[in-house]
Amino acid sequence: MTPRWSVLLPALVVGLWALAALAAPWLPLAPDRIDLPRILAPPSPAAWLGCDDLGRPVLDRLLVGARTALLVGFGVVAVSALVGTLIGAVAGYVGGWVDLVLVRVIDVFLAFPGILLAIALAGILGPGLGNVVIALSVVGWVGYARLARAQILSLKQRDHVLAARALGAGPVRILARHLLPLALAPLIVEATFGVAGAVIAEAGLSFLGLGVQPPAASWGSMIRDGVGYMLVAPHLVLGPGLAILLVVLAINLLGDALRDRLDVRGARGAEPG
Amino acid sequence: MLEAVAARLASAAVVVLGVCTLVFLLIHLVPGDPVEAMLGEGARPADRVALRAALGLDRPLGEQYVDYLARLARFDLGVSFQERRPVAELLAERLPATLELAIAALALALVIAIPLGVLAAARHGGPLDGGATGLALLGIAIPNFWLGPLLILVFSLWLDWTPVSGRDGLASLILPAVTLGTGLAAVLTRMVRASVLEVLGEDYIRTARAKGLGPITVLWRHALRNAWLPVLTLIGLQLGGLLGGAVITETVFAWPGVGSLLIDAIHARDYPVVQACVLLISLAYLSVNALTDLVYTWVDPRIRLG
Repeated sequence: MTPRWSVLLPALVVGLWALAALAAPWLPLAPDRIDLPRILAPPSPAAWLGCDDLGRPVLDRLLVGARTALLVGFGVVAVSALVGTLIGAVAGYVGGWVDLVLVRVIDVFLAFPGILLAIALAGILGPGLGNVVIALSVVGWVGYARLARAQILSLKQRDHVLAARALGAGPVRILARHLLPLALAPLIVEATFGVAGAVIAEAGLSFLGLGVQPPAASWGSMIRDGVGYMLVAPHLVLGPGLAILLVVLAINLLGDALRDRLDVRGARGAEPG
Repeated sequence: MLEAVAARLASAAVVVLGVCTLVFLLIHLVPGDPVEAMLGEGARPADRVALRAALGLDRPLGEQYVDYLARLARFDLGVSFQERRPVAELLAERLPATLELAIAALALALVIAIPLGVLAAARHGGPLDGGATGLALLGIAIPNFWLGPLLILVFSLWLDWTPVSGRDGLASLILPAVTLGTGLAAVLTRMVRASVLEVLGEDYIRTARAKGLGPITVLWRHALRNAWLPVLTLIGLQLGGLLGGAVITETVFAWPGVGSLLIDAIHARDYPVVQACVLLISLAYLSVNALTDLVYTWVDPRIRLG
């Protein structure tokens, strides 16, 4: 099969994003250098994307912001996928009142629409990267739990599981070796969309002033800071917004491709920002 | 049937209680001392004691919880520190604006998504389908805290067609509704398209075509009616994204709704207001979903609350 542009192009965008994020500490960047004569300077050879309201180079801040987005995106997905899968798998496998209680807990968390609970949590815990990851993970685990539970429920009566149980395998071994590997495909697809969701959510929280602390850079807080100068310096808002758009679009396209490839029907898919 | 409704109501009641519990616990998540956080360091000890007593924080957790639920049952949401007024009063002031915005955004999303999704499915594989699918992808990926400012830049600042922010007549509603509705429109377009495509593959569509019905009749009378069901459920679920997104959209446009009240309260550390806003939005979301369930049973006679 020839490589398709609809996969190659997004993969390239995500690759560049990851590269920028990982390389940022070693690049000669000056994201916090305040340069008053260059306040709101338009793009120029010296600063490709211009300077912000404190004369800081926008491109440098964009690259450091890529790091924030990557850290939060993958951090949140790692924590919530791990915790959610574990809880969902236990609920589905053990069943009985454990399942009943866990399903109610999941329902309660699902009752908070969209990013609302994360906003409240981030607001109450106070700003900072760690609190953003906590807030988004507290909201994020539910999707994986629900998915893992459904998968385990549909798999646990299969012959190979019954055979393993008959051979005396314990519940931990059955879950880890016989059930979870089969339940993985939809969870991986969900996690892919989850990275995009976390990137938008982090930027959203930072836009609301509930994310990273200044002077640390986040694409969301760059938009927040730039909004007031839109008429004189639209480049402050355009750069970070395009960065979010491209990264989220690319991840969602990869998620779609992965879903088709793994032939997953149940996954929730992308959610609007 | 009645038994099933009762069971559903009971489980909804459990979830509502859980939501109230979680919201109650929010104030206990404040790092350190919430009273300290609210009053700042320079507060007099007497003020601290008074606030602690007013919030009930000087009593055991269990007692506070029972008291909180008892007050909720009387629709007593406490008093705002900033405004020094009952929180319920503040919410009642802000709720109409949020409802107006949510309904406008939902209507806009439906008006865009249904024709676009149906057309894309009917012209499956053609350039129109490609265009609609691409637009939907873009609509999902574009964050509303970026789309909002861009719309302000173009339509308010450059073209001067609409107000920059605030809530003052119909013109001021346009940009916030577009900002909030775009994401939902994108998701719904994808869903309508997929749903119609699936239905168009059914035998009864082939029968309808075979007996000589025109393409529009087939699409409208036979395909759309059945394609509605999954879309309806999705609308209920996606309304959550809409309500959550309303918080950000309201902040962008200084729209005086519950969402911007929440953000103001967070920044002012006015925790009773924070709790009440979260509670109100979540319960609204729960009610809408329960309602969607009921409508679903009404639309589809095959389902009777299984």
